[in-house]
Amino acid sequence: MSASAEAHSPELQHHFDSMEQQRSASTLGMWAFVAQELMFFGGLFTAYLVYRYLYPIGFELGSAQLDIKLGGFNTAVLLASSFTMAMAVWAAQTGKKKVLLWMLIATLALGAVFLGVKYVEYSAKIEHHLVPGYNFESDSPYAGQIKMFMALYFAMTGMHALHMVVGFGLLLFYIYHAAKGRYTPEYSHPIELFGLYWHFVDIVWIFLFPLLYLLGRA
Amino acid sequence: MSTLITDSSRSNYLNAAYGIKSWLLTKDHKRIALLYLVAVSIFFSVGGLFAALIRLELLTPEGDMVQPDIYNRLFTMHGVIMIFFFLIPAIPAVLGNFILPLMVGAKDLAFPRINLASFYVYVVAGILGVWALINGGVDTGWTFYTPYSSMYSNTQVTLVAMAGFIAGFSSIMTAVNFIVTVHRMRAPGLTWFRMPLMVWALYATSIIIMLATPVLAITLVMLMLDHSLHIGIFDPAQGGDPVLFQHLFWFYSHPAVYIMILPAMGVISELVAAFSRKKVFGYTFVVYSSLSIAFLGFLVWGHHLFVSGQSVYAGAVFSILSMLVAIPSAVKVFNWTATLFQGSVSYQTPMLYALGFIGLFTIGGLTGVFLATMGLDTHVHDTYFVVAHFHYVMVGGTIMGYLGGLHYWWPKISGKLYPEFWAKISALLVFVGFNLTFFPQFIVGYLGMPRRYHAYPPEFQVFNVLSTAGASVLGLGYLLPIIYLTWSMRYGKKAPANPWGAVGLEWETASPPPTFNFDDDPVVEHEAYDYHHRPEEPRVA
Repeated sequence: MSASAEAHSPELQHHFDSMEQQRSASTLGMWAFVAQELMFFGGLFTAYLVYRYLYPIGFELGSAQLDIKLGGFNTAVLLASSFTMAMAVWAAQTGKKKVLLWMLIATLALGAVFLGVKYVEYSAKIEHHLVPGYNFESDSPYAGQIKMFMALYFAMTGMHALHMVVGFGLLLFYIYHAAKGRYTPEYSHPIELFGLYWHFVDIVWIFLFPLLYLLGRA
Repeated sequence: MSTLITDSSRSNYLNAAYGIKSWLLTKDHKRIALLYLVAVSIFFSVGGLFAALIRLELLTPEGDMVQPDIYNRLFTMHGVIMIFFFLIPAIPAVLGNFILPLMVGAKDLAFPRINLASFYVYVVAGILGVWALINGGVDTGWTFYTPYSSMYSNTQVTLVAMAGFIAGFSSIMTAVNFIVTVHRMRAPGLTWFRMPLMVWALYATSIIIMLATPVLAITLVMLMLDHSLHIGIFDPAQGGDPVLFQHLFWFYSHPAVYIMILPAMGVISELVAAFSRKKVFGYTFVVYSSLSIAFLGFLVWGHHLFVSGQSVYAGAVFSILSMLVAIPSAVKVFNWTATLFQGSVSYQTPMLYALGFIGLFTIGGLTGVFLATMGLDTHVHDTYFVVAHFHYVMVGGTIMGYLGGLHYWWPKISGKLYPEFWAKISALLVFVGFNLTFFPQFIVGYLGMPRRYHAYPPEFQVFNVLSTAGASVLGLGYLLPIIYLTWSMRYGKKAPANPWGAVGLEWETASPPPTFNFDDDPVVEHEAYDYHHRPEEPRVA
């Protein structure tokens, strides 16, 4: 086992026998992590489902408060970032170090645009007194239901944004190491695994956008 | 292997490096297990202290020692600390952490840094919990039922929920580590169905942790938002649904029961095999019983909501599903018993705990079937019958398994033998004390004494006096191992590599093992527990 045929990569950790074992272990670990993330968001989606069923009118009225243009724009931004991320993974696997670096930077930039737009949206909600637990006011007969929608809107998009912020921080780390040329075709899996995370966060948004912005909107 | 007697000059994980830093920053799973051992022991003592105060208050029918609001905090903090900071991490993070890589013949867990991080995440959660405690604790019961917890309780709900939230990440990290280690790090020849049942149990547990814990995490996030900002997600006055909280909470917290008991079942399988010197009867069935408990465990949470306004049809379905869990549980109990049959049984301390477990878990499990029937549950809901039931499973099951496993692997962990005489005394005290504490609670609960009150009608006093007396004996039984195990680390007799004459990779390396576990990479050529293929090895201890 220790007499592994391949030359010892400096990235091989002592308790693994080969880079292949290390790569497959990390990959499985990342999928397990994604599985638990799915259950984590699942709790919020369940709450959404229950209240959407209980309060269909309030949820439509609440949905109408959201800015569909900004939401749509952000969806496009995230999809584009998933593209650049996929390109980064390809570049890491094929050893194109320059492309890798620039694709990671592009992903970072798109992530920043997304968070910036989210900031604009949240500010508008604060301005319009739509933040439950902070300044929510409404004279609609469905005020309570709209408030529940807004509470879920903030909980769900907030949790998503938090994941974006974490991804943002990780990206800085990977960009730093990509700039130093650490990732090679033999050692590309950190980028692949980060790609999994990034795509997962993206997919969560792909569900959030129709549920929050589109459903019930004539 | 028995020739491999520990030589103190030999390098092992304990003497490989000295100094506080070599412990606090270690990435060795064995050292991390010891860090966890210290930490969970501290929390066990704190949780036990609360239990002692509860039992003292209940010695007399009047509420004379503490006021109701203090009493509410006592049983809440007892539950929170025991469940989140002791029962859940105890067997996986201490024994599992130590033994899993050894059992699969790996040098370490797949992600040693994440393993260390999980410990510190646990410590941060623990410090938050203690901080909340110093600042008045929490009075909602460990279940945090809304809207009381979210809208009305002015105790430290947010802090304690945060502590639970963070502790959850620690167990998720451990679980992911175990899953990947089992999948990717097994020694050559160690096929899935050659794995020890302890490994299977930890694997099944890890899957539950991975899929259930995040649901608790997000539920606690919503609870924290509700409690701190009053946004009303679970507040009926604001259109929220408190039963939704119960669904989400129990979606985790019922599987959490199996998170606590499955690893103990794994330990018992090891002990029964080792001290009967026989292959576990129906090995494959025991494997599948672990997996089916993990699976069924996700489908039964509604039996906690029989009286919460859940529909009768949902209740009926949950009732039937809950009873199904009895099948794989019974498979285990019957197979352990069948293993004993015509085995070469010996009664060292770990085996005493194993036998205790089998009896007590059976009582705890069978009363669980009573509680799964809706009619009876309506009658005994929130009485001491329920308290007795889950303590038979959690204390009679999990803690017995934990102590049995700790004694069994102690020679491997410390390189020393524990004093068998004192250990037997303490196992006896634990068994007697436990039954004296909790058996009367079945009766008093059936007679109608509700849980979570600091005072009770005088006719229940005799049962409560018995219970408190039992708790004192139980406390002594728990104190002894802390003393003699600590003592044995320095003064105990040196342990050989395989003091029990047991089979399993962990007994083929030195006691204590070298830092990377095995001097030569192990290769597995036999199925688990192949005692019938091996020459009899002496039991030293």
